Amino acid sequence: MLEARAATLVKRSIKATAKRAGIDLAIACMDLTTLEGKDTPAKVRGLCARGIAPAPGVPSVAAICVYPNLVETAAAALAQSAVKVASVATAFPSGLSPLETKLRETVDAVAAGADEIDMVIDRGLFLAGRYGEVYDEIVAVRDACGRATLKVILEVGELGSYEAIRRACDIALAAGADFVKTATGKLPISSTPAIALVMCEAIRDYARQTGRDVGLKLAGGIRSTKSALGYLALVNETLGPAWLSPDRFRIGASSLLDDLLMQRDKDATGNYSAAVYVASA
Amino acid sequence: MTPAALDFGYAPALESTASVALRERYGLFIGGEWVASADGRTFATVNPATEETLAHVASASAADVDRAVRAARRGYEKYWRKLRPAERAKYVYRIARVLSERAREFAVLETLDGGKPIRESRDFDIPQATAHFFYHAGWADKLSWAVNGPDRTRPLGVVGAIVPFNFPLLIAAWKIAPALACGNTVVLKPAETTPLTALAFADVCAEADLPPGIVNVVTGDGTTGAALVEHPDLNKISFTGSTEVGKSILRATAGTPKRVALELGGKSAFVVYDDAPLDQAIEGIVSAIYFNAGHVCCAGSRLLVQESIAEEVVERLRARLATIRHGDPLDKNTDIGAINSRAQRDRIAELVQSGVDDGATLAQVPWTPPERGYWYPASFFTNVQPTYRIAREEIFGPVLSIMTFRTPDEAIERANNLPYGLAAGVWTSSGSLALYTAQRLAAGVVWCNTFNQFDPSSPFGGYKESGFGREGGLAGLRAYLDT
Repeated sequence: MLEARAATLVKRSIKATAKRAGIDLAIACMDLTTLEGKDTPAKVRGLCARGIAPAPGVPSVAAICVYPNLVETAAAALAQSAVKVASVATAFPSGLSPLETKLRETVDAVAAGADEIDMVIDRGLFLAGRYGEVYDEIVAVRDACGRATLKVILEVGELGSYEAIRRACDIALAAGADFVKTATGKLPISSTPAIALVMCEAIRDYARQTGRDVGLKLAGGIRSTKSALGYLALVNETLGPAWLSPDRFRIGASSLLDDLLMQRDKDATGNYSAAVYVASA
Repeated sequence: MTPAALDFGYAPALESTASVALRERYGLFIGGEWVASADGRTFATVNPATEETLAHVASASAADVDRAVRAARRGYEKYWRKLRPAERAKYVYRIARVLSERAREFAVLETLDGGKPIRESRDFDIPQATAHFFYHAGWADKLSWAVNGPDRTRPLGVVGAIVPFNFPLLIAAWKIAPALACGNTVVLKPAETTPLTALAFADVCAEADLPPGIVNVVTGDGTTGAALVEHPDLNKISFTGSTEVGKSILRATAGTPKRVALELGGKSAFVVYDDAPLDQAIEGIVSAIYFNAGHVCCAGSRLLVQESIAEEVVERLRARLATIRHGDPLDKNTDIGAINSRAQRDRIAELVQSGVDDGATLAQVPWTPPERGYWYPASFFTNVQPTYRIAREEIFGPVLSIMTFRTPDEAIERANNLPYGLAAGVWTSSGSLALYTAQRLAAGVVWCNTFNQFDPSSPFGGYKESGFGREGGLAGLRAYLDT
């Protein structure tokens, strides 16, 4: 039923005014991301410029997401804008370093100007059944973040079942995550509609029990407007319209913005433009 | 620039009706030709979402039914029984191909004529109907593997198929596909309120080059159906519909050599134990009772929930129903469309009123229906006692009766304590409890941690007053052979 329900939700037909609103919403909720070994300051500055003003009349993205070494560059480039700097941390993507190292990395990233920290949970601990330690680690990173927003990456593709994803999600929520996030984007399995639905259900139940609203970030594999709009519908009908805001919903993506802009043009002009008409970073 | 106003409703997303070319008038399809009814009588078929007349359809009298059965007999003797099974398979396969090529048109037609959401006709009815033809095409030349030995693969002869309004093409396919694959010919009588896909199916048969008389379509009301049932030259009646009509068919065929298969009403139980995955169970409930607006013979219309989680389940169901989308059946985002007919809407309203009068608590999704058309909002009852009519009678609408139980045996006892026995659902995280319960439920189908799953290879049918005979799978196939 989970997969069937998720499939129904992402197949909602989003047309006309709803499509226009959805495209701008997806852009405004985007963590425009570059997480490659070959990232350079120049690349990041380009990405920041694009994030602030993707195209004339288009809203800014929510954040630019980079590796810790590039936080300073991003912070400088985004200083005059409302776009946040997000940094991955805690030995991204594996999370297999000593806790002290992870905490130090987090503190340094925040000091360098990161507004948001995307941490990974230690899947080794989780799969070994050491849930208390997973929880303690998240609490410690939460403390190290200070005022920075904490997003907790579950890396769903390594957890093995919907039940495990739900359990990891519940741990992250209880430990104080501001966002729970699906994946690092480094694995073939990252965000699927059913996985997003499991996490939405966890967030909804947690909000009902505690009154604290936690955000959802989907990352990995969302490349088309159609898929992004489908996820908006899924969040809309599971968590409600209050979650359709950058405060509570993010899409982490690198190439999705191109298609959103092209679909936005198509909606305005009737023509789907060639990629060369969309300025990339 | 600041973020745009984040208002995200769904704009109307209407399926185009351009694929459908409705004729003003439809005749009867007899012996491969379109003919008027002998007495020239017709009736109107309306779109239940707008009350507009879609077309005028011939009303078949006993004389017309006789012509159709004669044509089917001729087709059987002259062509179909003589055909090599492998050739028969090709025809059935061709029907499947043509149907899938015209899937969009059939989906729109089903939605226009019956009021069901396009999402369902597009994603369920038509693909399932097509799947039945593909599946049975494969059986046509392998029948000796379905029965004990090759000399038991004789067809029955002429089959009368009478189908209801809730899944018009799909249930017709349940009957026609195995009938043809086994070498029988067919006279199809669709429901009075939903004749259009059956008539379009006649076109498909013509397009597939089926010889004359193999499939015949006679339209009309209950008297047409009765004439078919009573025709002396029929070898089998396969009926899906109400228990009341099913009983009259049994009376009418008693003492005759006609074979009878009946798939009748239901009041299926949906059992939720306290260890069930609740979000899944809620989706199961929604599918069980609100799929096709509850116009489903196997609808899980009695929710039996363990007392310790009853409040939680009701609260979650209430929250989930707030997101149900009622409206235009042609809108791709509609979850619940129109009620099939005024009579059906009135029957639902009457039974709901009886529940209120009996003392049950009614919850309905607040929704203002359009002025025209037949509508009923998603509803459920709490504080239902097993003696109430809403706990015992088939409502055939989007209305759920919620009751509680304390122990597995009590759940089973309550589930079985009705003359119906079509389907049931069991929700639990415990495999052994699921099996314990399923083994003891007197229902033709028991779904565990899911609901409304169908496949041509899986038999479907009921116990007790829900009928007898199976459709689909080996059991469904053998029912069209003279074994």
